[in-house]
Amino acid sequence: MKPKKLAREALAAGETMAKAIPPRDIFGERRRNFFLFALLFLALTWWSSWGTEFDLWSAFASFPKALAWLGLNFIPSADSLQYLPRIGEKLLETVFVSITATTTSAVLAFALSLFSSKTTRPNAWVALVVRGLGTFLRSIPVAAWAMIFLFSFGQSPLTGFLAIFMETLGFFIRAFIETVDETSESSVEALRASGASWLHTVSQAVLPSVVPQLVSWILYMIETNIRSATLVGLLTGTGIGFVFDIYYKSMRYPPAGLVVLSIVVVVLLIEILSNRIRRSIQ
Amino acid sequence: MHQLKVVQLTKYYKQAQALAGLSFEVENGEFVAVIGRSGAGKSTLLRCINRMIEPTAGQVLFNGTDVRNLRNRDLRRLRTGIGMIFQHYNLVHRQTVLENVLHGRLGFKSDWDGIVGNYTHAEKQHALEIIAKLGLDQHTYSRCDTLSGGQKQRVGIARALVQDPQLILCDEPIASLDPSSAKVIMDHLRTICREMGITVIVNLHQVDVALKYSDRIMGVKAGTLVYDGKPDKLSKKLIHEIYGTETGDLIDE
Ligand SMILES: Nc1ncnc2c1ncn2[C@@H]1O[C@H](COP(=O)(O)OP(=O)(O)O)[C@@H](O)[C@H]1O
Ligand SMILES: [Mg+2]
Repeated sequence: MKPKKLAREALAAGETMAKAIPPRDIFGERRRNFFLFALLFLALTWWSSWGTEFDLWSAFASFPKALAWLGLNFIPSADSLQYLPRIGEKLLETVFVSITATTTSAVLAFALSLFSSKTTRPNAWVALVVRGLGTFLRSIPVAAWAMIFLFSFGQSPLTGFLAIFMETLGFFIRAFIETVDETSESSVEALRASGASWLHTVSQAVLPSVVPQLVSWILYMIETNIRSATLVGLLTGTGIGFVFDIYYKSMRYPPAGLVVLSIVVVVLLIEILSNRIRRSIQ
Repeated sequence: MHQLKVVQLTKYYKQAQALAGLSFEVENGEFVAVIGRSGAGKSTLLRCINRMIEPTAGQVLFNGTDVRNLRNRDLRRLRTGIGMIFQHYNLVHRQTVLENVLHGRLGFKSDWDGIVGNYTHAEKQHALEIIAKLGLDQHTYSRCDTLSGGQKQRVGIARALVQDPQLILCDEPIASLDPSSAKVIMDHLRTICREMGITVIVNLHQVDVALKYSDRIMGVKAGTLVYDGKPDKLSKKLIHEIYGTETGDLIDE
């Protein structure tokens, strides 16, 4: 008697056992679940808009009017071009603040994520503490961070830098922990099993595996942070946000429009550049 | 002295018992297949040998030393003597074949040399020889994510061999491969055992492969050894017991 046959018989026996279990109507369950979910979604939306006394329909209806006002007043005029050097200077400052805040928090977040990822953590308690820190940092919005640091550091680029740094750190801790878990678990196991040390596994298995995703997150956050930095600048009186604030409050709408336009251009440029970079490192 | 001696090995995950006091010995140069259906405890057994999983009780003596007493550096030294091969190859996919194979040398290195990838000329030479022996010399500088499953597993074997191990543990090495790649891998494992004298312990769930390749079969069921002996003594009744089917379902040939 051939062993192959035996294995097949064992399998067949397993199948007859499985048939004894009453079948579940999984398609029906899926339809029901979808229906329930849709209902819940609608109820949640309706309830929230009612709770804020906010009329969803009139909000949508006033949209065209708002756009029209924007179009009439915010078109950058020819003589607003004289503001361009000043706008460029402040925009550059804002871009630099976002990039430094993003890269420095990325370095710290990567180190911290190694202490919290399932594959590389030294123990479960440290992992929990790091995760908690990430959640804490994330739960405070960047505007609140800006207000907090405004007390200690006043109206300076440092305030904006720290506010963005904190929020980005919280976001990165979570993103990086997941990235390390997903991309390097199996190779870390192999290296550990061959006698490699912790530093070996981190440098030779984790780092090479996470690079594309980490770079992707960093580029995404630089884009996001240029927008955040604009908002933070409004609050702390620095960077491009401050310039916008001045023009807006003194009702110089065309140069304010130019500010908005130049932010859009820079964000677009950065997006094009980051797509290039992403594609080149897979 | 036996190369490997396992005494009353027990493992609990929380309350669930995965290994229920297994005892056996393995001699130098043996080719042992561990069979059993999924969830029987095969992977747990293998990983208790190199302490990738902490046993709950019992002894694992490798060359006479109880691996359960080893800490840090000593544990790393133990692991350098034991290669491991995985079902999903566990390679660093973005790196080349040569880099992945050389990872097998990290256990012998200082932290710094390992971090910067400082491999000696002799190590690189050795790695290249092994790569050629496994028929991968066309792919030495290819990234591993461009290889087929069978080729990836050969990289896994090369990474284990470059350690110069006395024992290689294989956890379902052919479970993700097509039959012809599976045969290539099993043939390599047999060659390694016969020609290099390296002990091979391989988890399999295909009985026919186990019968064809191994000197000895260990049947695991619910964390206990229900068979330990020569392949030709393994009755079909026992196979059915190992796979957990009723003897009443047996169909005679
Ligand atoms: N990390 C774990 N936590 C809890 N239970 C586990 C874990 N790993 C394995 N088990 C359980 O231990 C038993 C043996 O598993 P395993 O050794 O993986 O079996 P096999 O490799 O033979 O399929 C199974 O019941 C499995 O569910
Ligand atoms: Mg298994």
